[in-house]
Amino acid sequence: MTSEAIRERLKGKTVGIAGCGGLGSNAAVALARVGIGKLILVDFDRVEASNLNRQYYFRDQIGQPKVEALKQNIHAIDPEITIRTHMLRLDPERLVELFSGCEVIIEAFDTDCDKQMIIETVLTDMPDRYLISGQGLAGFGDNESIVTRQYDRLFIIGDGLREVSDGLPPLAPRVGVVAAMQANLALELLMKNE
Amino acid sequence: MEITLNNRKENIEREPISLAELIDYKNFSFKLLVTKVNGKLVKKEERDEVMIRPGDEVQVLHMISGG
Repeated sequence: MTSEAIRERLKGKTVGIAGCGGLGSNAAVALARVGIGKLILVDFDRVEASNLNRQYYFRDQIGQPKVEALKQNIHAIDPEITIRTHMLRLDPERLVELFSGCEVIIEAFDTDCDKQMIIETVLTDMPDRYLISGQGLAGFGDNESIVTRQYDRLFIIGDGLREVSDGLPPLAPRVGVVAAMQANLALELLMKNE
Repeated sequence: MEITLNNRKENIEREPISLAELIDYKNFSFKLLVTKVNGKLVKKEERDEVMIRPGDEVQVLHMISGG
């Protein structure tokens, strides 16, 4: 299948990005580059200097809402993509409301409680939606520990082990691997679904 | 009784046992978990009421911070 044919197929597809940090910003950009039709970006945070070691933002965007900065960056790559932005903290009700039109949702939250909330909500209240969660991405090296595990409509990508801490920071290469795997799986699911 | 826990057969020497009790019994120490019994999601607040029966398939997924 040619790159153009893939682009054509993706035109009518929507992906939800829950959290626009290291995972979400990089996964969104990867999907934008292959020609996704529409992205729903949700994040409550603003760009900080400490984010630039891994997140898809630039120095002159510090202080901007992440969802707006990411929209700008994606439109600089492809102005045709439809992007909806929501600067808020997701709760179960808003999650269902904002992502109901998404075939695939990428879970890219920072905290374990937000991860638990989105998994429980999507599996219970959003039938037929795929959820791709990123878990275990801290530090560097150890490529071969990063795997995809499937539980029906839920996929978990990462090493399943290493939590972010002061001594085990999130860094561009390893976070990028997980984000790219999330985007790659999203693409596979979207291409399978007619 | 024998159950399947995270894709492995296990003998649980306690019966009856709720999902919440099973989590304690197995010493799953991660703070936040997602649980499924026979493919169906069981929310945190329902774990006390869901009883585990012989042959059940139980998944306990721990949530890892960082994103």
